[in-house]
Amino acid sequence: MAAASALIKFKFPFRFLLLRRFSESPAEPVTMETSLPFSAHKCDPPPRSVTTSPSELLSFFRNMTVMRRMELAADSLYKAKLVRGFCHLYDGQEAVAVGMEAAITRRDAIITAYRDHCIYVARGGSPFEVFAELMGRRAGCSKGKGGSMHLYKKDASFYGGHGIVGAHAPLGCGIALGQKYSKEGTVTFMIYGDGAANQGQLYESLNMAALWDLPVVLVCENNHYGMGTAEWRASKNPAYYKRADYVPGLKVDGMDVLAVKQACKFAKEHVLQNGPIVLEMDTYRYHGHSMSDPGSTYRTRDEITGVRQDRDPIERVRKLILSLELASPSELKDIEKEVRKETDEAIAKAKESPMPDPSELFTNVYVQSYGAEAFGPDRKEVKADLP
Amino acid sequence: MDRIMLSFARRKVLCGKFSASVLGKAFERIPRATYPSTRNYSSSLKEMTVRDALNTALDEEMSADPKVFLMGEEVGEYQGAYKISKGLLDKYGPERVIDTPITEAGFTGIGVGAAYYGLRPIVEFMTFNFSMQAIDHIINSAAKSNYMSAGQISVPIVFRGPNGAAAGVGAQHSQCYAAWYASCPGLKVLSPYSSEDARGLLKAAIRDPDPVVFLENEILYGESFAVSPEVLDSSFSIPIGKAKIERGGKDVTITAFSKMVGYSLQAAEILAKDGISAEVINLRSIRPLDRATINASVRKTNRLVTVEEGFPQHGVGAEICASVVEESFEYLDAPVERIAGADVPMPYAPNLERLAVPQVEDIVRAAKRACYRLVPKSAAA
Repeated sequence: MAAASALIKFKFPFRFLLLRRFSESPAEPVTMETSLPFSAHKCDPPPRSVTTSPSELLSFFRNMTVMRRMELAADSLYKAKLVRGFCHLYDGQEAVAVGMEAAITRRDAIITAYRDHCIYVARGGSPFEVFAELMGRRAGCSKGKGGSMHLYKKDASFYGGHGIVGAHAPLGCGIALGQKYSKEGTVTFMIYGDGAANQGQLYESLNMAALWDLPVVLVCENNHYGMGTAEWRASKNPAYYKRADYVPGLKVDGMDVLAVKQACKFAKEHVLQNGPIVLEMDTYRYHGHSMSDPGSTYRTRDEITGVRQDRDPIERVRKLILSLELASPSELKDIEKEVRKETDEAIAKAKESPMPDPSELFTNVYVQSYGAEAFGPDRKEVKADLP
Repeated sequence: MDRIMLSFARRKVLCGKFSASVLGKAFERIPRATYPSTRNYSSSLKEMTVRDALNTALDEEMSADPKVFLMGEEVGEYQGAYKISKGLLDKYGPERVIDTPITEAGFTGIGVGAAYYGLRPIVEFMTFNFSMQAIDHIINSAAKSNYMSAGQISVPIVFRGPNGAAAGVGAQHSQCYAAWYASCPGLKVLSPYSSEDARGLLKAAIRDPDPVVFLENEILYGESFAVSPEVLDSSFSIPIGKAKIERGGKDVTITAFSKMVGYSLQAAEILAKDGISAEVINLRSIRPLDRATINASVRKTNRLVTVEEGFPQHGVGAEICASVVEESFEYLDAPVERIAGADVPMPYAPNLERLAVPQVEDIVRAAKRACYRLVPKSAAA
């Protein structure tokens, strides 16, 4: 369907057939239309015509495959009891992470909630660091002290990883305040879910963001279920892109990585001139809310299979690459095999990393502790001067 | 020598005719003529209100570091609900003195986010009662972030505002939050008493790289204290985590913070007339708590009275008592006495309000009990 409606303009298609290695694909621009039009609220939507390149499309395929493999591996690790506590998986939603990253720089900030493994990787983190953190090892990105919900990469402007639903909404607006205050010309993408979309503090911070023209893009990853509650049972108005009322909004097919890229590019430019905008990404998660949720008590297996067949973001890009003859099916299979191998190696390496040293119990409580004391459960037994 | 003169001068101020009424009348100003000894030193013991102390501290720190900014309700055009931020909007402009809508959860989160980014926000709560709307951000977004991120995300933020009982403002506007915030690892909790405390601790808090909860007191804003030139210098600051011995003594230790320090000093005067020498410790820092100073004092005096305005159960005094029992048990000659606010929501009627907060006579009575010198008051109904 994508091929049928795609408007393809590029020279000498046969050239690509001759290429054996995808990494030699040129950056020659390729233009195509998004699969669905954008719906707009109080703004003019961006054009459906998106510019990409063969190398970008192949990188989309690879990056989404890495994310998919990582999340499925995390599922296995959780079932093997190597990962404890909470584990919220992102498989199905990869196009949002990858498309957003393609539209912005590493100085633009991203903040999200607890479904953060793939955003961390999109920002330049490695699956090894994610696996190590999930397993609570010292090689983890938060040295084993954060866990699944608390992955951060400040050098890539990724501010986490937050466990309290909706709490990171004002935090994201605050980061945007910092960017505006410092006159950086950068923006913040604050990602929340349809479950958080009813939170009061979201509207409090939206009001201030609009009042003060903060460069923040509010991205609602609408996977249609807030934990086990379908959006129509939780929200009187589930048209989340319209919920910001006086702030413009755009509804985007979140399973189409090119649409996501287009919308994020549009949003970044908009926000630098005009203050906040809402992007509602229509997406889907294959797993339940977390590993403790089978995900099938509040939705049918047919629904899940249906999305997988018709809208899977990786399959969509695969079909696009094949129809444009940018790579052969076996080349794509090779990429998948390579990614699988890398993932397995990352897991093996992460398993070798030891648990944090017991002295790490008392590190990072403060930046500057002035030698204050802290106590363990038996204060006569375990006591430390905070480093 | 200046410090001794300073504390002498301060005691002189407190010795004036003062009735420890809950309405907190300003200390009577003693005319210069009764400060004979200070004449021998430089005439530089200025008087400064706590309000001015806070205002000048904010001004100087904002001037020194362009990343410092203030946000809160009425901090800008209104000049501050209690005029603490007077003049700052004119001087620094609306980008650095931000009037917020009445949405604590939202603006506190925005402040914390700005701190994540690397700015140094000061978030003002009109009173700490309203901080409960934002407490998730103070604890979960601010206090825990440096730990959860293993040092990647530090939060150099100050949350400040009046704490505890004011006068006649009723149950929802009178709670003391020292114990709640001070129980949380990752936060620093400070509570000044005098102008010197206000200046030094606020400057230290703003310069500190960690989240600091700064508990002021509305009644104290108008109080004047003598301040030395050292205090007035823009580089002045007070170390966090160190208590101050406001008055030395040998018979009983009294710990207090904020307004209760003033009450304790008055109680010490009254006790002195009865031959009891009380050592008054101004905690200054509720977290980290200066257990070393408190325990050293108790090891000297062997008796302890803790004083606070907040609710007694799980309060600051309970922690101090536990610390002393754990570390200095053999030195105690009497059970630890706790003076705290009454275990009730704050009533409105002035006679009930007076019964709900500690008075000087309560501190005196408890100290005498600790010294086994009391004829007990008959129990209330």
